Amino acid sequence: MAFLEISNLQKDYAGNRVVENFNLAVEQGEFISFLGPSGCGKTTVLRMVAGFETPSAGSIRIDSKDVVNLKPNQRNIGMVFQAYALFPNMTVAQNLAFGLKVAGKSKAEIESTVQEMLALIKLEELGQRYPFQLSGGQQQRVALARALAVKPKLLLLDEPLSALDAKIRVSLREEIRAIQRKLQITTIFVTHDQEEALSMSDRIVVMHKGKADQLGTPFEIYNQPKTRFVASFVGTINVLEGIVTDAQTGSFLLNGTELSLGRSLANLKTGDSIALALRPEAASLGLVAGKVGQLQGSVQDVNFLGSVIRVRVKVGDSVLSLDTFNQPAVAPPKAGDQVIVTFAPEELLVLAD
Amino acid sequence: MSFWRSNRFWAWIALSFGILYFALPLIGTFEFSLRMKRGEYSFEAYRVILGDPRFQATFLYSVMMALLTIVVGVLLVVPTAYWVRLKLPRWRPVVEFITLLPLIIPAIVIVFGYIRMYNTSSVLPLTGSAFGTDILMVCGYTVLALPYMYRAVDTGLRTLDVTTLTEAAESLGANKVTILAKIILPNVLVAILSGAFLTFAIVIGEFVFAALLNRPAFGPFMQLIGANRAYEPAALAVIAFSITWLCMGLMQLVTRLQKHTQVKQFR
Repeated sequence: MAFLEISNLQKDYAGNRVVENFNLAVEQGEFISFLGPSGCGKTTVLRMVAGFETPSAGSIRIDSKDVVNLKPNQRNIGMVFQAYALFPNMTVAQNLAFGLKVAGKSKAEIESTVQEMLALIKLEELGQRYPFQLSGGQQQRVALARALAVKPKLLLLDEPLSALDAKIRVSLREEIRAIQRKLQITTIFVTHDQEEALSMSDRIVVMHKGKADQLGTPFEIYNQPKTRFVASFVGTINVLEGIVTDAQTGSFLLNGTELSLGRSLANLKTGDSIALALRPEAASLGLVAGKVGQLQGSVQDVNFLGSVIRVRVKVGDSVLSLDTFNQPAVAPPKAGDQVIVTFAPEELLVLAD
Repeated sequence: MSFWRSNRFWAWIALSFGILYFALPLIGTFEFSLRMKRGEYSFEAYRVILGDPRFQATFLYSVMMALLTIVVGVLLVVPTAYWVRLKLPRWRPVVEFITLLPLIIPAIVIVFGYIRMYNTSSVLPLTGSAFGTDILMVCGYTVLALPYMYRAVDTGLRTLDVTTLTEAAESLGANKVTILAKIILPNVLVAILSGAFLTFAIVIGEFVFAALLNRPAFGPFMQLIGANRAYEPAALAVIAFSITWLCMGLMQLVTRLQKHTQVKQFR
């Protein structure tokens, strides 16, 4: 049995279902991200695990124990909030000691744990400061240490990096992941930032309209999106509409050209329309050996992003984005240029709705 | 633009008018209180008043009533305001309206209500004993101070992210009582003190409750002196004003001394 088991979880607010049939099994020490746009239900699921919301149906088991009927202060779960939530009337050390005092630990144990936590977040010198005397990044590190000080069974992180500026966000996410690996604590991380989810997680749950659309490793989520939503939400995607000509061989008609995926199309038959996803990095400008898929169009705009140049090409009624590496010796195309976009049909992803 | 036409001119006019309006009666009262001895200024009226055993007894009684009212008010208002913010945010306007009712309903109505409800022939004959009447006094004063205490505490709570702080503390194992005592109360202490000083100022000079419930408070004493003496009431008025100002000054002081008032809350 998995360490955290969420089964058939459901949450209704005044007749409106915000979480529907949510299932998840998390192994001990795993780092799982809930990824999705605002209102997709990811925070609601997290809050149900924490005990701040009561499920309308379903069960949550932590370490084989059903916790649905336990109060938040009985679950032994550490939580870090987007708003830091440090107690303003307490110093950093007092914040770290709070949970330990509530648990009735001895003075010596509290003192040593506080020092251990300050060392963990590399803020040994700032124990006597008040939260308002710290930067946002430092406050969030203290919040993390405070949650870890009580040695929780499970760590929940509710968009902990959203309030920080970009540079701090990157360094802090690396620090959080390093601490999580060091302590081997089972962690659920809620974010709407795909880069955070992809870079930090062992597995990602992509959520959409209260349901888990896909569960997989960052590699699987990015490279094998199962739904149109996952494909469009994680990374940039071009969606091409084709008509199936032979489901057995995976052949389809795209802009008047017959192409083949090289694999059969399950659940589809000849004449069905098919949604195909193409990542910008899988498409090329100009003819390339092995890339038999071809589309003609005109360059709409060119964005120079440093190491990568993103070119948007108008093909028929749709616009395709494609990325090419910057080559100092080769000038990028200009808007209005007529170009050929090529791709390998096998790299197209078939999307379900 | 000339000085005469500028906004500054009219601001000075308004300020001067305000100062004269408020200060002249006080200066006049103070000056009169110093004229007890013929032909010279002295603090004789203050000496007589402060040496009067009835002054000491009634003042001490009212101070005790004020302190008890503050304790009851804090115990009633802080958990209520906290709970309303945490669990019943939609009910805030209703609760606010209820707390403002003492400003609309005269104290005399409340006290007659008390006398009718708790007289010696009632189920709970509180007016039958001094102790019982003191309980009624504290209850009445708590009601009178409610608009000030509730607003002060609610304003203090507004500066906190009450929900997130509560959830953070709960996730660390704390129950609601611990959260109230260790987190909410210390963070709204300045607001509570503001409410407490206002309560103190109201209770010290209150007349209607004490007079109609026949208790030896400072308000009826002031009225008694005012009806029978010439210079001492003026001295008493100055003393009462000084107490109120002292309370206001202390409110400002604690606000400045609060260590963590510069809390940067996430918005």
